[in-house]
Amino acid sequence: MMKKKYRVLGLFSDFEEAFAAIADIRQYKVPGVSVDDVRLMSPIEHPEIEEVLGDRPAHVPKFTLAGAIFGITFGFLFLASAQANFLVQPQGGKPVVPLPSNIVLTYEMLILFGVLFTVISFLLLSGLLFGKKETLYSEKIAVDQIGIIMELDEDTFEPLKALFRQHKVLEIREEVIK
Amino acid sequence: MKYVNEKDINEEIKWAQINTDILQSLQNPRKAYWIAIAVCLAMLSCAVVAEVYQYQTGLGVADLNRPHMWGLYIATFIFWIGMSHSGTLLSAILHIIHADWRKPIYRFAEAMTTFSLMTAGFFPMIHLGRMWNLYWVIPYVSDRGIWPNFRSPLVWDAFAITTYLTSSALFLFIGMIPDLAICRDNVTGWRRKLYTVLSLGWQGTDRQWRHFRKTYMLMACFLIPLAVSVHSIVSSDFAMSIMPGWHVTSFPPYFVAGALYSGCAAIITLFILLRYFFRLEEYMTVALMEKTCKLTFAIAMVWTYLNLVEFGATWYGHDPVAKEVLISKFVGPFAPYFWAMMFFGSVLPFALAFEKLRRHMATMMVVSILLNVGMWLERWMIVGPTLSHAYAPEAWNFMWPSIVQWAIVFGSFGWFGLLFLIFVKVFPCVSMYEVKEMVFHRRREAHAEVAEKFHRRAADVQQATGRPSAEGA
Repeated sequence: MMKKKYRVLGLFSDFEEAFAAIADIRQYKVPGVSVDDVRLMSPIEHPEIEEVLGDRPAHVPKFTLAGAIFGITFGFLFLASAQANFLVQPQGGKPVVPLPSNIVLTYEMLILFGVLFTVISFLLLSGLLFGKKETLYSEKIAVDQIGIIMELDEDTFEPLKALFRQHKVLEIREEVIK
Repeated sequence: MKYVNEKDINEEIKWAQINTDILQSLQNPRKAYWIAIAVCLAMLSCAVVAEVYQYQTGLGVADLNRPHMWGLYIATFIFWIGMSHSGTLLSAILHIIHADWRKPIYRFAEAMTTFSLMTAGFFPMIHLGRMWNLYWVIPYVSDRGIWPNFRSPLVWDAFAITTYLTSSALFLFIGMIPDLAICRDNVTGWRRKLYTVLSLGWQGTDRQWRHFRKTYMLMACFLIPLAVSVHSIVSSDFAMSIMPGWHVTSFPPYFVAGALYSGCAAIITLFILLRYFFRLEEYMTVALMEKTCKLTFAIAMVWTYLNLVEFGATWYGHDPVAKEVLISKFVGPFAPYFWAMMFFGSVLPFALAFEKLRRHMATMMVVSILLNVGMWLERWMIVGPTLSHAYAPEAWNFMWPSIVQWAIVFGSFGWFGLLFLIFVKVFPCVSMYEVKEMVFHRRREAHAEVAEKFHRRAADVQQATGRPSAEGA
């Protein structure tokens, strides 16, 4: 017979307890459950509690760099091609494509595309635009509670709940995935 | 000395209470809020009437003619661009240096930035006389075979302001997403639908926060040089010409300082209004007001110094025409406005140096408005005297702006006020999640042993598992 799979959400009243629960999971106190499976939901940005989750990537800066480089290249080429095509404009002895004055707009394009790429990458990488949302979300997280969410099979389901209770979990929500 | 230990915010306030207080502000403002809306509408209608009249009869009614090709429209354009600078710039700078006292006040300052830019954007259009021809400034392959002159600061302006408006609106929106999720979870009706769409399904997961943190920091890093560049470019509209009084190398920093100055003064005005309208005394505290005032005072002194540098350079330089313009400001027909600018811009800010005055809301309200009157006069004193006293003495004259110009300038304040007041009624003007962060960290600092325990546990975990922490990695 196939084992049942569950999704569990534990709601904690403070970071201290949530932190301790994740720390225990990280120390393999629930056999078969890894800290890599833990997802945290919190009302505020809290780098320290994310620390205990281990090294999880955020690739936004790479997109920012790509956007900035694109902005410089596109900006300069756009200006230069427009200036090169505008044959009737008297140049007054100045170069057709003047570098000093083009620096200003190239710089603006660097920033514009840097910002746009950053925002688009944020929306994509954080799962806001097309990502799957957590089905066990609780509105209390937007107030003052901290949620730990995991997917696990029925063998590890009860031990995890016991661990949550040990750390003064306020509420446990669960759903059967399959 | 008695206020030395005063806290920026009550750190014992509960997180749930923060949500309740701020969300209530969206529903239940004082009557004065509605009066302010009515006043703004009345001011805006003055501008609409004047604008329609200008369309019907032509730009001549604005008295824009040689040598006064730029009048109040362009002076007020610079004023609004300048006003926009403080919000984003201060929010970004204070965010980067982790000055957490910005948290309760940055949201409305950023909104102020966006709406100031939207107001400023109207003035070049109004100045064109034919708004519908605005697309001529957009670089496209024209059937007339003319490309925009990318070597002109006027085109730089269009690019810089568009970039700034886009970036600061995105900065405002991204920073608001977690709060929009709070709103979504706590309201009903049309507001819930609006917040559901705008919050993009934010749930506060570690993945979302991790990317949010990086994104916000990166955007802040972009916005600081952007804000400086935008007002430098606006100053180039003047400094890159060879007109007396404009061709000054200190113009870019002078413009940036002036922009920060008027923006900070506007933050003080709006701080006091919002605190009163929405009963936000618990969040917009006197201690925060004091910090903003001190910052404004410091910037006022920078602005004063740059003014003196400009006068000195012109006085001791060997450009008799530029000197003539300067003298006309000192003792000519512009003298009352020039000296009013100097008084409001350089003398009045000393009121901010006195603790008793800084803590008195009504006084600060009046002072902050007068500081901005001074900053508006500054812009007029940049545009007006040079055009009145340029190279051709036979064209020297003093032009008092027409009633149409005054009405449109007056109405622009109504337009800005209206946009701002609608924004603060629909969106939280205090960042809920950041105030929670602020009280959380302040409380932890106050209870050092708890913080110590936290750090010790993190170290224990690393020792036990041998895995590097996210920060360490």
